[in-house]
Formats: sequence, structure tokens, C-alpha cells
Amino acid sequence: MTGNTTGAHGAALKDAPPADERPVIEMKAAGKSYGNIRALHGVDLSVYAGNVTCVLGDNGAGKSTLIKIVSGLHQHTEGEFLVDGEPVRFSTPREALDKGIATVYQDLAVVPLMPVWRNFFLGSEMTKGPWPLRRLDIEQMKKTADEELRNMGIVLDDMEQPIGTLSGGQRQCVAIARAVYFGARVLILDEPTAALGVKQSGVVLKYIAAAREKGLGVIFITHNPHHAYMVGDHFSVLRLGAMELSASRSDVSLEELTNHMAGGTELASLKHELAQVRGVDVEGLPEEGDLTAPVATSSEGKS
Amino acid sequence: MSMTQQATPAVGTPPASGPGKEKDGRTQQRSLALRLLARPEVGVFLGALAVLIFFLVMAPTLRQGSSMSTVLYQSSTIGIMVLPVALLMIGGEFDLSSGVAPVASALTASMTAFQLTLNVWVGVIAALAVSLAIGFFNGWLLVKTGLPSFLVTLGTFMGLQGVNLAVTKLVTGNVATDNISDMDGFDQAKALFASSFNVGGVDVKITVLWWLAFAALATWVLLRTKYGNWIFAVGGNKDSARAVGVPVNFTKISLFMLVGFGAWFVGMHNLFQYNTVQSGEGVGNELIYIAAAVVGGCLLTGGYGTIIGPVFGAFMFGLVQLGIVYAGWNPDWFKTFLGVMLVGATLVNLWVRKQATRR
Repeated sequence: MTGNTTGAHGAALKDAPPADERPVIEMKAAGKSYGNIRALHGVDLSVYAGNVTCVLGDNGAGKSTLIKIVSGLHQHTEGEFLVDGEPVRFSTPREALDKGIATVYQDLAVVPLMPVWRNFFLGSEMTKGPWPLRRLDIEQMKKTADEELRNMGIVLDDMEQPIGTLSGGQRQCVAIARAVYFGARVLILDEPTAALGVKQSGVVLKYIAAAREKGLGVIFITHNPHHAYMVGDHFSVLRLGAMELSASRSDVSLEELTNHMAGGTELASLKHELAQVRGVDVEGLPEEGDLTAPVATSSEGKS
Repeated sequence: MSMTQQATPAVGTPPASGPGKEKDGRTQQRSLALRLLARPEVGVFLGALAVLIFFLVMAPTLRQGSSMSTVLYQSSTIGIMVLPVALLMIGGEFDLSSGVAPVASALTASMTAFQLTLNVWVGVIAALAVSLAIGFFNGWLLVKTGLPSFLVTLGTFMGLQGVNLAVTKLVTGNVATDNISDMDGFDQAKALFASSFNVGGVDVKITVLWWLAFAALATWVLLRTKYGNWIFAVGGNKDSARAVGVPVNFTKISLFMLVGFGAWFVGMHNLFQYNTVQSGEGVGNELIYIAAAVVGGCLLTGGYGTIIGPVFGAFMFGLVQLGIVYAGWNPDWFKTFLGVMLVGATLVNLWVRKQATRR
């Protein structure tokens, strides 16, 4: 399965795990245009079970567009999007969920005014009784939600408390626990650490590692290379809607990742300009030669 | 794992103690009184009680059973419509056409039956279809265009208001419909929508029963079913709801259709109560329904509220409407009372909730 993808973008996929394993999600030269705006083009991405794929990029790089395609909120307009090797085109998030692709959005993870247990089961409520009297199985849902959250180390006194009263990290964790409970095979996390403090981010990163241990494929969207490097197995950097870097952990150092994130080659040229301005310390900035990590759009030779 | 430290739960080592043993330790159980006060319906219950006591003192005639029955009847005609309006509000939308929609429904039933000389039940069914279609149109336009419901239903409101008058004049040559009380099926329909029964020597309108039955059903649906869960979710955060697989468009459209159903029921009651329909009526009622839902503790922005609260809200409004009459004051003061109660009750609700939920 991976054989036919190592053509033009060889560097991008050279970290493919054992050949017999097929990626759960694969994108081949996928892209998306909104009218005359090309938000994303030529993106290759493979997500394997038990692997964390980090997608990095600055604001407007196309990260959100990418996950919206994978999660079923938008459809791609070019290239291919495969799930288990089958080309797919989701029209609603429900279809993506049915394929085991669950997305945890930074700001859309939960409904703040609803109690914790209602949020946990929202969209997949447990019911009991025959049809005209079919009703929510509230006791069971509260019990299950409490157990699942305790398994992840979140202890709440009252399942009835509105989820908006939890801290940002706890809310993310509830959303992750929910996705894991509902049998997600692929977990997409949209900047889960962006609004969080240091400790809270650590908690979320631990859950990402825990989800990987459970054999889930994780797509971790972030613009913090430090967070990405702590848990990532594969790194893809998006820039202006295209893949700038795609490398496995063994091929890239945190420093290189940071440089690519920060603008990479552009920053190197900026260094010369900044050197002429007094008061700017350019010592720490990279030279173009320092960027040795494989670049997706370059030829094989560079890595 | 420390009992007090919850912000950094130990992840790698899940708590060894079984579920139900460990407590967060940061939250204290609030006293029963405080927890009760934090319920959205308690504020309006106390408000309604205060208004009731006020009018019982001011208007001695209100103390008779028959007056109370009239108050309940008045409340029920408001209240039946408030129920779907409250559900819709919890679902994050309003319907400004809910005032004239019952008139449109009644006109449809009356004119269909009279002009075509059919059994009134044909008119009743036709009116139901039209009412549901109006609701569907509102919801469909909302989800298709993404316009705010204020705008969409303001359009429907004005459109219906014009259609009600113009079509009635066109068909009957008059602003009111013809009397249908001697037509086939009228008595059956009247028994269902507008009859009364006797309880201990006091006549009670059947709408009071319908109101309470619908309220019980609505509160069960809201709190105990999947659909109710979806209503809270689409009102609280529609994008989150969609992302976890809640059928947002279905929920919104069906809520508008429920308002259509309520409008049909109230329209049928008015038709079979008065035998004719004045085509220009209903304007302004939509704001009374919305106000009753808000006084009843529904959040104007959606995602929060109950059904019991708006039931008391409707009762309070019915009480004021008739209390003013029984007290011998000028009924023109009703709207002024409403305005004061709306702002007052909302502020009290807000204050009570803040006090009660403060940690």
C-alpha cells in the first residue's frame, strides 16, 4: 500500500512503518479550493494506528482546512482521500464518526451549559425502553461517564455540573475520553494545548500518549513544536496551504522543527536584513544551511 | 493522588480506588435551599406567587373559584403557545411569526371548510398542514441561508400578517370569516378544542387540560429523551453539536414545526370558541410568548431553560391580564405590567442564579 506513494514525494513517506501495515487515513496530493482561493494543495499525509502524526503550521497555513476535510465538515476538491485504502468523501461529520474518525476541536469540543454526562454522550445517547417511551438511560450514562473519566484520572464530584465550569484542560480531556470511549480509531486534535497553561498542556499531552498506547492513530494539530516533539512520531509542516516538511521523528530534531515552523528559509534571509538593524540579536537565528531536515517539495538528495 | 489536587490528575496511574470512592474535594455540596434556588423555575414560581397574592388582596372577586378558572383559561391560551416557543428558545432561535400564525391557521380551517362546503375536519387537517408548512419554511430558510431567526421570522410575520388580511378580504369580501357553527363536524371539533367541563361546580375549559398535558409531555421530551438532549445542544453550541453528530438542521426545523403545531392548536381553539376569525388579530402576541418564556427562566440566547418555568410564566401573564380587570383598573395597563415584570423577573432570575451558584 505504501509502495505507490513513495514516488514524487519520496522524502515525505520514507518513515512508513512495516510494509504490511496499511495507513488508516491517507491523503494523496489532496487539496481544497474555496472559490478562487486555494486553501490547500498537494498534501500527502498518512496516519497509522498507534502513531501520532503532528501537523504544524502558522495561522492560515491550512491546518484547519486539512482537519475539516478529514473530519467531514468540508470535502476535498482535488487529490485523493483514503480511509483503509478506500477513497471516501464525507458529507457530514457523522459519516466520519461512523468510520471511527473522531475530532476534538479546541473551541467546539463541548456545549458549556450542558452537564458533564450529557456532553459525554451527546450525539450517541444511551436509551432504554420501547419506542414511544424510549428515554435516556440517565443512571447508566452518568455511571459510565464517571468511570471513563476516572480511568483517565479526572475525578468529578458531580456529573450534573455544567461542563463550562471545568478547566480548559479538563474539558479537552473529557472530549478525548469521549472519543476513545466511542471506539475512535483515529483521533484528530485541533490545537488542544493552544489555550492551556503549562501543567494543563502536560495533562493533554499525556492523554495523547495514552491514546497512542491504546492503538489509536492520532493527528495532533498544533503550532507549538515543543508540544509536538514531545509526543509526535511523524511531523508535517504546512505553509501557505502546501506541505513544507514531512519527516519522521528520526529525521528531524526539535531545533530543525522549530526553525521550519518559524518560517524556515524565509527566516534565514530575514536574518541578513535584521543584522543591519541595531538591537536585534541574530545569533540564534538559523542559516539556510542549518535546515537539513527533509523538505517535502525538494528532491531526494537533500535529506 | 492528593485529595485536593484536581488540576493535575495522575494519568499514567489511574486511581486505584474504585469508582465512587474518591472525591474531588474541592466542591462542597450546597444546601438544599441554595440548590433549589439555582433552578431556573424557582424564580418565576416565587414571582407568580407574589403576583397571585398581590391580586388576591387587591381584587376580591379573584378569590372565587370561577374567577380562578377564568385565569387558568386565559393562561392556557397563552401557555399552549409558550411551550413550543420555549423549546425553540432553548434550541437557540425565536419565532416572531408565532403571534399571527394561529390566526393564519384558523383562517385556513374556516375558509377551506366554508368556501368548499366541506366537513370542518377537512379544514382542521388543512390548517394543520399549512401550520406545519409555515414552521418548516421558517426552519428550512434559517438553516439554508444561515440568517438569524429574528430576520427570517420577522419576514414570515409580516408576510403572514399581509396574507391573513388580503386573502380573507379576497375570499369573503370582509375582514372576518363567516360563521361556521352550523357546519358538519363543528360540534365534534368544538368538543376537542373548545369545550368545558365541570369540577366541583366550576366550569373549566378543556384547554387548561391540554396545556398541562402538553407541558408534561414537553418537559419529559426535553429532559428524558435524545431529542431533548439535542435541543439543549443546538441551542448551547450548534457547531459542537454538529461536530459530535447531532442532526442540527433536523432539530431546528422540527422545533419550528412544533411552533407550527402549537399555532394550529391555539388557532383551532379560537375558531371553535368564537365561530369566526378576525383576520387582523394576533399581532403582538409573539412578544408575550417570548416574554413568558424568558420570565420562565429560558435563556434568550439558547441552551438553557425548562418547561415548568414558562408554564408559571404563562400563568403569571394570564393572572395579570385578568387581575387588572378584576381589580377594576384600566386594562390598558396590562402591557406596562408585562414590561415591568419582564425586566424585573429577568433581573431577579439572574441575581438568584448568581447567588445560588456562587461557590
